[in-house]
Amino acid sequence: MKPQPKALTFLTLLSALFLAGALAMVFLYAPLEAVMNYVQKIFYFHVATAWVGMLGFIVAAVAGVLYLIRKDLKWDIVELAAVEISLVFFLIAIVSGSIWARPSWGTWWTWDARLTTAAILELVYLAYLLLRQGIEDPERRARFGAVYTLIGGISVPVTFLSIRLWQTIHPAIIGTASAEAQGGFDMAPAMLHTMFFALIAFSVIFATLLWQRIRLGKLAEQVEQMKLKISE
Amino acid sequence: MSSDRKGPTPSSRPPASFSRAVFAVAWKDLAAELRSRELLSAMLVFALLVILIFNFAIELAPSLRPTVTPGVLWVTFAFAGTLGLNRSMAIEKDRGCLDGLLLAPVDRAAIYFGKMLSNLTFMLIVEIVVLPVYSLLYNTNLFVPGLLGVILLGSIGYVAVGTLLASMAVQTRTRDVLLPILLFPVIVPVLLSAVRASGGFLQGLPMEQIRPWINLLAAYDVIFLAVAYMVFDQVVEE
Repeated sequence: MKPQPKALTFLTLLSALFLAGALAMVFLYAPLEAVMNYVQKIFYFHVATAWVGMLGFIVAAVAGVLYLIRKDLKWDIVELAAVEISLVFFLIAIVSGSIWARPSWGTWWTWDARLTTAAILELVYLAYLLLRQGIEDPERRARFGAVYTLIGGISVPVTFLSIRLWQTIHPAIIGTASAEAQGGFDMAPAMLHTMFFALIAFSVIFATLLWQRIRLGKLAEQVEQMKLKISE
Repeated sequence: MSSDRKGPTPSSRPPASFSRAVFAVAWKDLAAELRSRELLSAMLVFALLVILIFNFAIELAPSLRPTVTPGVLWVTFAFAGTLGLNRSMAIEKDRGCLDGLLLAPVDRAAIYFGKMLSNLTFMLIVEIVVLPVYSLLYNTNLFVPGLLGVILLGSIGYVAVGTLLASMAVQTRTRDVLLPILLFPVIVPVLLSAVRASGGFLQGLPMEQIRPWINLLAAYDVIFLAVAYMVFDQVVEE
């Protein structure tokens, strides 16, 4: 087994630092929001985790297409890694969003475009994992997984558009008058700095997790091959 | 179908035979169904049961009917549809028919379109039976030309994705339960826009309010027919 590459160790430490930095900025640097007070603090991590979820979603779709073209199993490992990360971070975004929505909208959940799309994306990815579980042959598992991420990758944006057409109350973050009426707010420069710092921090965390998960996937593949050798 | 199709050489793939191959695959399914009638009868009975259950589950009071009817109809179609899709692909797999189809010297996309066409036909037949029954039981006139158009567009989108996913689902260990789980999350745009457009026609809304939904349905149909056409090869490859 190869030891963890130096760059990855560095990246892991860097993510820890960034996360600590983001936390410090949220609580020490960013001002209190006038109407929502401390509740609004969840906003920074809510947006950042949703962003990581989106990143994972895009990486998974691209890796799926690359697998279908190249037929190289390494893209399958990337795709699975991205899906798992996206699944977890969207879940965090949904839960933190709910916690924020309760005091600011007065409800845990609304059938708004972004909320519903996030929930549907979670279901698409759960279905993806179930699909993979039902197939033993790694090559076929990779093919079917790639086809399904491709279909999900196209249908989820369409779902978003269609629900948007239906109804939406989620604030478009940076404040228009109508957004403010719906629980959005104008951001002070310090708030913007904090938000962008949180976005960068979570992007670094995403890169770290993706790398770690890809490494894990490759190791798992090696273990699988060793097991086959022993049983022969 | 015709005698000159017997014994084609494996290397020849004349492009002109694409549509004939599509119809041959579809016709095979329809002919088999005409003899056995097991798929359609199951779908039909199931669809009627769903409508009955809705009657108990939600009070379909006359005042609510225009708003609730499209939802009830589309849930019924979607459920009956998965039953049909699953069965139609499972038959191919179980009897080794899929391997035969794959050996045939035609473009594999022709197999997809053929299967899709037969699945679409089954779904439309179910819908043609369900609509008058629903009209009769709930005293609602469903024979609005626009509604029929929406049902056609919605069914095409549903079957386009459904046929592709069903051919994946039957090749897995958990095939009996997998299809609806794979299908429903990606079919949301179809269901949402079909329900909205159907409701629009039933409530007699002006066309400007319905058109966005119809555009969305048509776009979804085109996109997913194209995607399925491109990736079907990957799904049946051995």
